[in-house]
Amino acid sequence: MNDGAITVTDLTKRFGDFTAVDAISFEVARGEIFGFLGANGAGKTTAMRMLCGLSKPTSGRATVAGFDIARQAEQVKRRIGYMSQRFSLYGDLTVRENLRLFGGIYGMKPARIAEKSGRMLSELGLGAERDTLVKSLPLGWKQRLAFSVAIFHEPAVVFLDEPTGGVDPVTRRGFWELIYAAAGRGITVFATTHYMDEAEYCDRVSMMVDGRIEALDTPAALRAAHRAATMDDVFQQLARRAKRVSGC
Amino acid sequence: MKQFAAFVKKEFRHILRDRRTLLILLGMPVAQILLFGFAITTEVRNARVAVWDPAPDVETRRVVERIDASPYFTVAERLGSPGDIDDVFRRGRAGLVVVFGPGPADEPDGGTGGAAIQLIADGTDPNQAVMLTNYATGIIASGAAAPPVEVRMLYNPQGRSAFNFVPGVMGLILMLICAMMTAIAIVREKETGTMEVLLASPVRPVYIILAKAVPYFVLSVANLATILLLAVFVLGVPVAGNLVWLVAVSLLFIFTALALGLLISTLVGNQMAAMLASGMGLMMPTMLLSGLIFPIESMPPPLQWLSCAVPARWYIEAVRRVMIQGVEVRFVLREIAILGGMALVFVAASLRNFKTRLS
Amino acid sequence: MIRFLIEKEFKQIRRNAFVPRIILMMPVTMILVFPWAADQEVRDVRLAVVDGDRTSSSRRLVEKVASSGRFTLTDVADTWPAAMESVEAGRADIVLEIARGFEKATVTPDADGSAKISIAANAVNGTKGTLGTSYLTSILNDFAGELLADAGGAGSAAGVPSVVPQYRFNPRLDYKVFMVPALMVMLLTLLCGFLPALNIVGEKEAGTIEQINVTPVRRLDFVLAKLIPYWLIGFVVLGVSMGLAAAVYGLYPAGSLLTILLFAGIYILVVSGVGLVISNYSESMQQAMFVMFFFTMIFLLMSGLFTPVASMPRWAQAIAAVNPLKYFIEVMRLVYLKGSGLGQLLPQLAALCGFAVAFNVWAVFSYRKSE
Repeated sequence: MNDGAITVTDLTKRFGDFTAVDAISFEVARGEIFGFLGANGAGKTTAMRMLCGLSKPTSGRATVAGFDIARQAEQVKRRIGYMSQRFSLYGDLTVRENLRLFGGIYGMKPARIAEKSGRMLSELGLGAERDTLVKSLPLGWKQRLAFSVAIFHEPAVVFLDEPTGGVDPVTRRGFWELIYAAAGRGITVFATTHYMDEAEYCDRVSMMVDGRIEALDTPAALRAAHRAATMDDVFQQLARRAKRVSGC
Repeated sequence: MKQFAAFVKKEFRHILRDRRTLLILLGMPVAQILLFGFAITTEVRNARVAVWDPAPDVETRRVVERIDASPYFTVAERLGSPGDIDDVFRRGRAGLVVVFGPGPADEPDGGTGGAAIQLIADGTDPNQAVMLTNYATGIIASGAAAPPVEVRMLYNPQGRSAFNFVPGVMGLILMLICAMMTAIAIVREKETGTMEVLLASPVRPVYIILAKAVPYFVLSVANLATILLLAVFVLGVPVAGNLVWLVAVSLLFIFTALALGLLISTLVGNQMAAMLASGMGLMMPTMLLSGLIFPIESMPPPLQWLSCAVPARWYIEAVRRVMIQGVEVRFVLREIAILGGMALVFVAASLRNFKTRLS
Repeated sequence: MIRFLIEKEFKQIRRNAFVPRIILMMPVTMILVFPWAADQEVRDVRLAVVDGDRTSSSRRLVEKVASSGRFTLTDVADTWPAAMESVEAGRADIVLEIARGFEKATVTPDADGSAKISIAANAVNGTKGTLGTSYLTSILNDFAGELLADAGGAGSAAGVPSVVPQYRFNPRLDYKVFMVPALMVMLLTLLCGFLPALNIVGEKEAGTIEQINVTPVRRLDFVLAKLIPYWLIGFVVLGVSMGLAAAVYGLYPAGSLLTILLFAGIYILVVSGVGLVISNYSESMQQAMFVMFFFTMIFLLMSGLFTPVASMPRWAQAIAAVNPLKYFIEVMRLVYLKGSGLGQLLPQLAALCGFAVAFNVWAVFSYRKSE
């Protein structure tokens, strides 16, 4: 057994005769920030949903935090955090109530939840809003909160699906600082994005085209290999090879 | 006009895409008409009767045979002792017990003047109880020296429940589809924010709203046709009156219901609220207070007043008269006027709400 | 951890703009208003009279009918067409015509043998027509008896047994007493079947269910956390309704309270199961609402709530046999009004247990935490 946070071998997902994810393989080391890039419809979200246990692979295998995603999905779930593309905390609960709920779900004791959420909220600058209904927070804050909830129980791996969609670059920058802090504590971060400036923040980046991984390396190495000045150029070169019509 | 047509087309596409809802919208009237026509009936047929006959003789046997032979009753059980009477009721196995000879001795009111036959009915359903005892009395006493009476059942000689229910189902279905669906469709657009986009387009807001209503109007007309065809050809409920007037009154009601749907949509903010408002505020009153199942005359006065505010009440009343009784239209002018008045009020109120919202 | 999920449900219920109001409003409307509206008792039949005889006997008959308490005399017409016009205009339900020669015929019964009295009832509403007519005929029969007695006749005709009707369990024939126990069934159906199902579909629509699906929460815990609050509310509402029934209608269960609670418990499992099945197959709240509305409509109409199941044709009775509502309504009426004991309700008990198992198994199998 290797001790990588995520190992993926020939993972495949088919919907009928459409192959959304086509035999991808890669490894993510513990504490790494891994960028999972690709155009719309390239298969990123499907792959990520399989790793989170939301979707069963058609073939191939993968382990997350040392457990097999197909056979040990429940153990996997106990060790991961997930932040979906759609904001999905409970809008009709307050900030504190959401933390209490998700902390409780992962088996944390109420006293520990209260203590930890107080500290976390003041770090986030959300201390004054702790009794505000989540639905009335601005989008940027909602995202920070959703991320904090996803790592509240100190998971081994946190999956972020387009975590910063729809906010301005300054807010995005702030969000990435939270990610660095989490990675610094040893949490492995697995994030999809289509902002290429964010790709630069990652330790390593994979590029998915038509269900396959076409490139995987550090941002610097990828730029060098494709003789590109920015990650955006790399992405353009690779995405041009896509045969699938990107679905919007 | 071209833009208007484009909008209408878009609305149709929305409706056609959600197959399940469409199926329910089109299937609901069919299911209801068939249920009301065949299954839901207050007529007494093959009611189960139990008999306690301590001393059977030719006379009592003849009476039991007569009861069993009638279409109203089936003699289901012969009891072994008077103590079984309550048990038979408690198990719900009979609605009526025929007791021969003097009443059971242990009954407090047992000595009912040496009556030869006692009919003990399960009074929990009062109407059934009265009908059962009346029919049974009639059968037992057939040949009695009552004055000859000629009885005629007008408009519905066989006493079929369908004659009563078909107009009611028409009112319920049209109300459901026009008002509820229109309200939900408009509110959904508000909720998803697409309404803003539409309002920003050069089309006048009134046309946008109208375009929303057109498909539901068409659906309602289709439902109306389905109901009428099923009623006439499957249930054998005749259109005794003038078909043109029947359709005219129905169109007026559809219009009123659409206007009500519009009004609801201007009052609520999200789909859930629209559903609950139309479910609680429309469906319940229509089911209860329109005379669909329960006669309005039997209600206490406050509920009767309340029922005056239910549009379906007036429609159902008009349809019963025009369609089943076949009366001339001058007898339903009051109903038509009330429906028309309601429609005007709804339209005016929703236009006002709509304008204040825009400004 | 289910504790945290239940806590969350209660917070959300409390904060919802509609649910608490519905929970409050439903028992009130269902138990306090509905029985008055859902009264199918036929009283105050509006009567138009055409008295062609104009004798003391005919006047006496009209008076007897008018003072019977069942009829309201709304029109005294001179001719048949004039009386019919009242019916067509909706002012009268029944026309009673006393033909010329009525008095003579009663004095000498075999004068010419033709009917001197005719009754024409508006039978669009069959129940009303039939009941109105039979009230009227029984008054006529009484009247004939009185006339015979007046004439010094030999009492009732020989050979015809006297018949005494007696109404058990509901001697005053109060229709409301018949409806109230059945309406409690409606309440439980809506509270414990509809609301949790809509709630689950709502989480599906909002995407929050996905957030829960990546956590270690087991599907059973999630579903139980949704159901338990509504079960509690269901029992509270049942208690409130029973209290209201006792206070307003003086209606106490004739049978054992424990039997009612036992059946209510099983029935709640049945309707929660049905709700879960529907929620599993629905993508949006609108869809779920319509599917529920459609099936409830059918289930309700075929449950015997308004019309007796025994009068239905055979095929409809076969459908009613797989209708959980029918069984529980039967049970509530039997226990509440007739005091049936558990031993007399075994068929219903077996049926409801069967439904509970079937729907919940179906619900578990149709639920997908991951596809």
